[in-house]
Amino acid sequence: MAKRKGRGFACINYPIGMNLGGDPSQALVHSTPDGKFMVSLSSIDLGQGMKSVTRQIAAEALGVPVADVYVDTADSDTGPHCMGSFASRGTHRVGNAVIRAATEARAQLLEAAAEELEVDAADLDTDGQGNIHVKGAPSRSITVADTAVAAQFRQGRTVSGRGIFLIPPSEANPETGEMTPVSCFAHGAIVVDLEVDEETGEVEVLELNSAYEVGRALNPKLVEQQLVGGAWMGISHALYETTEPYYPSREHGPVDFNSYLMPGPGDLAPHHIAVIERPAEDAPFGGKGPGEMCANPVIPAVANAIYNAVGVRCDELPITPERILRGIRANGGAQPGGVRR
Amino acid sequence: MNSVEFRKELFAEERADNLSEIGRPTVRQDILGHVTGRSAYYDDHLFDGLLHMRCVRSPHHHARIRSVDFSAAERMEGVRRIVGPADVPKNLNTLLSLINFGKEDEPLLSERKTSYRGEPVLAVIADTERQARGGGPRRARGSVANGDRRRRPPAAAVRVDWEPLPHVLDVEEALAPGAPTVNETYPGNAFEYHGRYDHQKLRFGDVDKGFSEADRIVEGRYRMSPIEQAPIETCGAIAAPETGDRYVCYTSTQALFFSLSTTAKLLDTASSRLHFVGGTVGGGFGGKVDSIVEPMAVLGAMLTGRPVKFMWDREEEMQVGAPRGAELWIIKDGVAADGRILARSFTGYFDSGAYTRLSSYAVVKSTGHLPGPYTIPNVASNVFCVFTNRTPATAMRGFGITGVDYAIECQMDRVAEAVGMNPVELRILNAYRDGDMKAHRRVAKNTALIECCQVAAQKAGWQLSPDALRQSSKEGGGGRRSAIPETATDQVGRIGERRRSQLPAEPLAGPGPRGRVPAGTAGPATEAAPPQRPDMAMDWEREKSPAAALPEPARPSISPPPRIPASGISAASASAASPQAAEAPYAPKAPFSRGVSKPGVSRFLSGTRRR
Repeated sequence: MAKRKGRGFACINYPIGMNLGGDPSQALVHSTPDGKFMVSLSSIDLGQGMKSVTRQIAAEALGVPVADVYVDTADSDTGPHCMGSFASRGTHRVGNAVIRAATEARAQLLEAAAEELEVDAADLDTDGQGNIHVKGAPSRSITVADTAVAAQFRQGRTVSGRGIFLIPPSEANPETGEMTPVSCFAHGAIVVDLEVDEETGEVEVLELNSAYEVGRALNPKLVEQQLVGGAWMGISHALYETTEPYYPSREHGPVDFNSYLMPGPGDLAPHHIAVIERPAEDAPFGGKGPGEMCANPVIPAVANAIYNAVGVRCDELPITPERILRGIRANGGAQPGGVRR
Repeated sequence: MNSVEFRKELFAEERADNLSEIGRPTVRQDILGHVTGRSAYYDDHLFDGLLHMRCVRSPHHHARIRSVDFSAAERMEGVRRIVGPADVPKNLNTLLSLINFGKEDEPLLSERKTSYRGEPVLAVIADTERQARGGGPRRARGSVANGDRRRRPPAAAVRVDWEPLPHVLDVEEALAPGAPTVNETYPGNAFEYHGRYDHQKLRFGDVDKGFSEADRIVEGRYRMSPIEQAPIETCGAIAAPETGDRYVCYTSTQALFFSLSTTAKLLDTASSRLHFVGGTVGGGFGGKVDSIVEPMAVLGAMLTGRPVKFMWDREEEMQVGAPRGAELWIIKDGVAADGRILARSFTGYFDSGAYTRLSSYAVVKSTGHLPGPYTIPNVASNVFCVFTNRTPATAMRGFGITGVDYAIECQMDRVAEAVGMNPVELRILNAYRDGDMKAHRRVAKNTALIECCQVAAQKAGWQLSPDALRQSSKEGGGGRRSAIPETATDQVGRIGERRRSQLPAEPLAGPGPRGRVPAGTAGPATEAAPPQRPDMAMDWEREKSPAAALPEPARPSISPPPRIPASGISAASASAASPQAAEAPYAPKAPFSRGVSKPGVSRFLSGTRRR
């Protein structure tokens, strides 16, 4: 009896946004009297960080500091329509809508500044620090705050914008399945190292090494948080979780977290991540949305590592100790597949 | 300890890294509330005179309702109202009717029969949760009556005369002739696609020809059990009448207008009468799209004129709330001796449970994803959305993709073993590249699978051959690989056909005529709608090309400190070179003083518990 080490690999791509389109999102942007910007959405941020990403996108597109932008969302009386937070669509769809709204607001901001500076709006640029200046002549400038005051109290001009992003609906062909499912894909690959106790069937994940391609890391800390958490969820899905442990039988279903198993802090393995950025042409600043896809390669990589460790094909999820032990017994003992390096 | 590195040298020529705000580790605007426990959940909204709603649920997998008698429950202490199917103005819906996909198939409260254990038939509204409480699905033994009124919850005092019916729990059994009909809207126990077939087809090339040319045939059968989204905050909503003939609803939803529109439809009321407020914390992971709790809570508020809370407990969340459904995937590959996959066929089953919810959509999404991130000249699939007598399934992180990715990548391991190849090199050999034609007849672009494989293997110290390391997503694609082949088709599996006679489920099997779609057949790709006015189109010149960028940008793109002052938060910089290990661990300057509970303060207040 022994613990057997195993190494497994898997790689995936992931479609960004609702399949077959037809899922719009809208955004409104307006300036307060003193040149701060409010982004109004109805998109839901249940912890994943969409408010933060859309805030950075708005600041970038407006050309103002992120501290001067606030995102207000999740109220149907004030926010324009959004389909919802699913299908990895938030960053892509809402982000694009925010770019359009912010761009329209920026155009009005520059027109107002042009009137104050008595120049052509096309000759103006922002410095990202709260100032607007004549291109090539940084000393001829006006602050965003002064511009907003002038626009709203002297010129009678709004500094606001509207944006919608829509991939129009399309349909799958009934005979061939021809379709335009989505417009861009994220990618991931992972190597899982683990150890299987051939006496108990228990699995300990030892280390994860991964590479995820996310288009562009709009906020690297949020990307890191998604990838670390998502990989944990993948391990949990592979080895622990189910509402029906003897599916298709409905018996022995868990009703709380005592019987619904998940890995605890002691079951977490070190995860070494490489982030790769290949911007997608129709995504906001190229960012694809790493949220959903990061759990996916972990699950088969765990299954493949267990096969490498003890020679049991894990064709049913979750891969419980019971299933591994039954597999080892059916094979007449563990059959290690050899060291992979 | 974890580590994160940003491999900026890859695809650097396609990316400018000199943006001002994008690419910075800006601290979230809501983080202080999250880390101090002050961000409000929907349940933190407090109302004077709040009433509580609980459901009476079926204890059977499948049963006809002969009669319901709730007269005893109605008289119990604290009970304000029993809500039945007749109280729901439009008691039939399907979620995706909002995008015109599928037929109405699910009542909010069931009147004639129930099709899964835990299906709601009535709701009890009472002054306290304890008075309303009927326990979870398995404790709601409807046929028991009488007993001690003070101890027995009203939901258990409801007398339902059940007639249990034969049930089916297995997807393959559900499609066989003679299986009990789960959902009368779909008598064949399968969602109907395009008004024509009981499944979604994918046909690209000729898999039978590919199999005959292959050196090895590799087959696998993969199954995933249902799993729970497990958000920290269970699904729920609080609705209250407002002045001006409107209703406010604080909800856990992941899709605010989806839930609002569904509520307006089921309750047959103008959407302008509804004011929905969503949360900012609590997690979702896909399980908060179904829009069940919002119509229930608003209906309760309409019927009683009082604020009403409808909140699932953890048992309901796990056994009555929709999980990620089970999937079954059968894959057959034809492989050349050198590892190239020449043909791949799939038979897929999504176990939708008793109603459609969103599984019909997952079938199409998974079909568009096949055969995975690989260029394979012949691909075919039949994917079914099957109705069984279990809790309806719904979305979860990776919906439509996670299950089939598990199947595909386990299958790739089998193929590597069959041809004696390093499994990473097998992926690189078959990987899709820029310019390749995908099985759904659109050209691949912006691909990066090969680079992910190379980097992950390198990080793990897994040796790849020089040839595998030389490969690139940007080279070697297109050309012959961009062609759409002549395609074999069939018409097996028309709606109702499988009900009459046993039919094979796999593609291009079974009786009936065969067809050929000529090579090169494809329609135009759907493109994003352009900006509606020119001044909404961003001038991408502002994102300067790398060639035009200054040699040394004033601010590195990854490591500047966040500009938002956040007192009490260690302003952790996300440096590509120095992972978290290099930073001092976070420590509060003073103990937290703002706790969650407030002893001595009544919770029966109107307002928000947390600020």
